[in-house]
Amino acid sequence: MPAGSVIQVSGLTKRYPTVTALSNVSVEVHDGEIFGLIGPNGAGKTTAMECIEGLRVPDAGHISVLGLDPIRDVCALQRRIGVQLQEAQLQKRIKVREALSLWSAVYRTTADGSQLLEQLGIAAKSNDWFMTLSGGQKQRLFIALALIHDPELVFLDELTTGLDPQARRAIWDLVRGIQDRGKTVFLTTHLMEEAERLCDRVAIIDHGRIVDVDSPEGLVRRHCPERTIVIETADPRATELLGRVTGIDAATREEKAVVLRARSVDVMTGVFRCLADQQIPVTDFRTFVPTLEDVFLKLTGHSVRE
Amino acid sequence: MTFSARGLLALTWLEIKIFLREPLGVIGSVFVPVFLFGVLSRMFGGRLTQTPEGYRGIVGPDLAVFAALLIGISAVLSLVTIIAIYRESGILKRLRATPLRPLTILSAHVLVKLVFTAITLLLTLLLGRRYFAVDIPIPWVAFTAATAVSTLSILSLGFVLASVAPTARFAQPIGTIVLYPMVGISGLFVPVHEMPAVLRLIAHLTPATYAVSLMRGAWHHDSLLSHTGDLIGLAVIAAVGTLLAIKWFRWE
Repeated sequence: MPAGSVIQVSGLTKRYPTVTALSNVSVEVHDGEIFGLIGPNGAGKTTAMECIEGLRVPDAGHISVLGLDPIRDVCALQRRIGVQLQEAQLQKRIKVREALSLWSAVYRTTADGSQLLEQLGIAAKSNDWFMTLSGGQKQRLFIALALIHDPELVFLDELTTGLDPQARRAIWDLVRGIQDRGKTVFLTTHLMEEAERLCDRVAIIDHGRIVDVDSPEGLVRRHCPERTIVIETADPRATELLGRVTGIDAATREEKAVVLRARSVDVMTGVFRCLADQQIPVTDFRTFVPTLEDVFLKLTGHSVRE
Repeated sequence: MTFSARGLLALTWLEIKIFLREPLGVIGSVFVPVFLFGVLSRMFGGRLTQTPEGYRGIVGPDLAVFAALLIGISAVLSLVTIIAIYRESGILKRLRATPLRPLTILSAHVLVKLVFTAITLLLTLLLGRRYFAVDIPIPWVAFTAATAVSTLSILSLGFVLASVAPTARFAQPIGTIVLYPMVGISGLFVPVHEMPAVLRLIAHLTPATYAVSLMRGAWHHDSLLSHTGDLIGLAVIAAVGTLLAIKWFRWE
């Protein structure tokens, strides 16, 4: 295992009776990064994560996590990783602080559970039953349980699914906080915005295959370099003049604005120079940059929501 | 070792507290049996003490065996239901993603059931001493051992049921359909050798038959070792049940 690598997966394959969930998946996660496995529901994200966590036995392939074999060394591995499972539940009538103390007992840790609850903003709920918590509070508790033994590596599976936008943003801050403590985070999500905002690197997975791996910006730059520039102007010369700028592929007038299409960000200087030199009056200026969502569509031929 | 013992104790204690918070669970498994026993004892208790011969001959041993068997089965049944609910809601899976090992998680639930079964039996016993003031020597150690062995054997069947029940909603009815009729052909009401051949065969495949024979023997002060056949029957069923449960058990 090379230095700086905490997870190494090669040739991972998992078949179910009716479907091949993963075929020949290979990824590597570096120390201290937030790594995202992104794709639509049913793409194989959870299966891949659970194989890496040692909860599922792969049909083929090699997995190494913190230098351990997830199946053979499952006990040692469980002590060093923190896990949040998709749609997990606890006993309905377990109190928040009871769950934390059970986990402390199990992990043989002396971590301060009440401090953790404080940081996660659910300290006031410590005497409440699990069944009375809201979706966001449950997810915070599951984050607390994943962190209680101060693990080196944290797995988060569809952490914010079903949460409202406000709760989602709060959870994102918490995940960045995990990284700030020097831990590595491996997460799955079908929300491209979440991946863009949180992840240092992402692997796009579709129908059980890894399509590409890079930073979100890198993926956008490589696969969707197109830029759309919308310039609001009443000047009738604008369409023709701007269309002549080097690097502009197309210039069209749409009502009050001129819409420019280009294949790279390098055209910006030329556009500004043209506007200044020709003294074109501008009332608004907007650029549209493709997102991971566009990258996904381009690479897989379908939207992530389908 | 001490480490997993700590996890086992923590989980068992927690599950006991959680069980006590579910009002219906406590009422159904402790209060109702003890209350019914109390009411029935009040009605019939006086009469039975006046006919000690009949009490000894008919009601005595079989009533004790019947009660022990039913309490054992109801404990197994509620375990089956709890496992199914925990699996369906993802609790089993979440617990498995910790250093807790599967055996520890299941053992904790068995321990919780044993604790409440013991409490129910103890309360029934205390009530019984009040209403049935008959001083007959009861072989406590042997009878308890026979009950424990029988319950473990039925328990392995319970784990098979918990493994095959598709959802929590099915667990209870399937358990009821499989476990209670077992008592009917256990030889408690009709001697096994007088049953039709088919029923006799089924009777010899179910743990209740061996359990009844063993517990009856224990009640009559037989040495448990003189019931080798029953012990072997229960052991074989426990072994087969455990193997099947290990093979079929699903965590999610």
